[in-house]
Amino acid sequence: MARFLLKRLFSATLTLFAVSVLTFLMFFALPRDPVTSICSKNCNPERLERVRDDLGLNDPLISQYAGYMKGIVTGRDLGSAQGGRCDAPCLGWSYVTNEAVSDTIARVLPVTLSIVIPAAILWLLLGVGLGMVSALRRGTWLDRAAIGFSLTGASLQLYFVGAVLLLVFVYNLRLLPVPSYTSIFDNPAKWASGLVLAWVALAFLFSAIYARLSRAQMLETLSEDFVRTARAKGLAKPTVYGRHALRAAITPVVTIAGLDVGGALGGTVITETTFGIQGLGRTAVDAVRSGDLPTIMATVLIAAVFVVLANVLVDLLYAAIDPRVRLR
Amino acid sequence: MSLSPVEGVALAEIESDGGVGEPAAKGVVGRSPGQLAWLRLRRDRTAVVSGVLLIFFMVLGLAAPLIEMVYGIGPREQFQNLLDGFGMPLGYAGGVTGDHWFGVEPGLGRDIFIRLIYGLRTSLFIAFAAALITATIGVVLGALAGYLGGWLDVVINWITDLTLAMPFLIIALALTPTITLRFYGERGQVSAAFGVGVLIGVFAIFGWTSTARLVRGQVIALREREFVEAAKASGAGLGHIIFRQLLPNIWAPILVSFSLAVPQFITSEAALSFIGVGLSDETPSFGRMIYRSLDFLQTDPAYVFFPGITIFALVFAFNLFGDALRDALDPKSSR
Repeated sequence: MARFLLKRLFSATLTLFAVSVLTFLMFFALPRDPVTSICSKNCNPERLERVRDDLGLNDPLISQYAGYMKGIVTGRDLGSAQGGRCDAPCLGWSYVTNEAVSDTIARVLPVTLSIVIPAAILWLLLGVGLGMVSALRRGTWLDRAAIGFSLTGASLQLYFVGAVLLLVFVYNLRLLPVPSYTSIFDNPAKWASGLVLAWVALAFLFSAIYARLSRAQMLETLSEDFVRTARAKGLAKPTVYGRHALRAAITPVVTIAGLDVGGALGGTVITETTFGIQGLGRTAVDAVRSGDLPTIMATVLIAAVFVVLANVLVDLLYAAIDPRVRLR
Repeated sequence: MSLSPVEGVALAEIESDGGVGEPAAKGVVGRSPGQLAWLRLRRDRTAVVSGVLLIFFMVLGLAAPLIEMVYGIGPREQFQNLLDGFGMPLGYAGGVTGDHWFGVEPGLGRDIFIRLIYGLRTSLFIAFAAALITATIGVVLGALAGYLGGWLDVVINWITDLTLAMPFLIIALALTPTITLRFYGERGQVSAAFGVGVLIGVFAIFGWTSTARLVRGQVIALREREFVEAAKASGAGLGHIIFRQLLPNIWAPILVSFSLAVPQFITSEAALSFIGVGLSDETPSFGRMIYRSLDFLQTDPAYVFFPGITIFALVFAFNLFGDALRDALDPKSSR
């Protein structure tokens, strides 16, 4: 177990390292001069040169990368033009927003977390529940309704569903305020009412996929011998389905869920654009538009960290769910 | 996800085939697996309906210039005279008339119907091209990793993990303008074909992982079988074993994953255009239309529905057909 964890963490670190190098090369080494996008057309050559020096762009690429990485681990001194001392985890200084990138992230990350975590709980419960029920009641109208739901949901687009939800609940019925983010600690009711449409839209589309997958898995499991044995030895139906069958059927669902949740935590670009909420995804898009390299770099890295961590977590969950899995 | 056959039913169908389809006097007729799948597909009502719908969409897309001729309005023509002082279309449901079947866009006053037809063309072309390229890359890498194993397997697996860890939308968003800048410079007029090409390229880089994983798994399951050993023993090379021995055995899942990849690329293309990458506003595209329509959600709600429903119908048809294809190719699966 410990050995497996070490091995897994090692390969995760390796992946993250590669992602960081690739992103660094892609954005810092490609032809577009980052400085021209930082100070606009009326920038004189001396100032350009100074900014370039501040950013360390005149240093060799490797020492730029090393400096960046050192900043994340121990913090570093960025010079007076960039806000001076920058504590760990230092992600650099953005000339576009004129603040430390870590401050930007600290502001927008809770927004994305507030969108994704409740939505994920909703879509997992709804999706797996629906899939199970429709597998157990196979062929009934309930099953057919669930199939219809998941087929429709799997073909719908978030921006379209979001637009329709906005149109109905915000603009026509006026039941909800225009989506916005308030901290849950300031005002939980406002937090929920401002984000509920995003949760519903995300949960609707995702639960469709999960319902489909868990129905198929459940049907396959129900026909297995151990389920019949469990019934034959006199266990109650809820125990057999809820404990024995669900456990075996849910492993592929966990894999997909790990990837989906990890990916979504890195920024729900489309959701945030549709509902006009400034989270991690929107911040990344804005950063790309304005050529704000340090912010782009930070958002990409954070997104990658979430995906990689989710993958490790999935592997560990496997062992907890299915004792047949041996971690090596 | 079948409304139709599980194993028992499917077998019964096949057995009854000889009697129904052909004169009984002919006796037992041998059929290849492909023919059997085709028969099953033809008997599946969902498959037929969604298949016909798909062909209809493809014809619409291919015949876009013809439709433009008959319809008499081009995708870039503007009808400012149909808009009121605020740039909103006159009349009901976004200005739907006999001349403008789906109304006109608020602001620019372009015809929505013909833009949808051209958007369909762009979307289908990108999706098919991307699906073909990613399937090829995925099959080759997956087969090599699965068959050869060892360090190659480790490396390819790791690259797959790496690709999955990169946030696709953000990277695509950042990469596309950089590539364009490199080729066209600051002021160059970017051609539509180039934008399409870059988009397909970005999909090719990120889209191959699922096919590769699928093929790798299938190849691992097959590589120790006798027929592979026999081929190896009679001196077959790597290419022969992979492409002539292994691939013919796994074309069914590859075909299914291809048919389900196409709608995914349609939605990805729309999503990318939605956040404003790749295609310029000149090229008609579903995603661009929906993105523009969000600004007019309160004033012209009809605008969001035409592209929204079209893209839903297209993806829905593809998904239904993909599922039906899976049922036809693998009657044992319970999906």
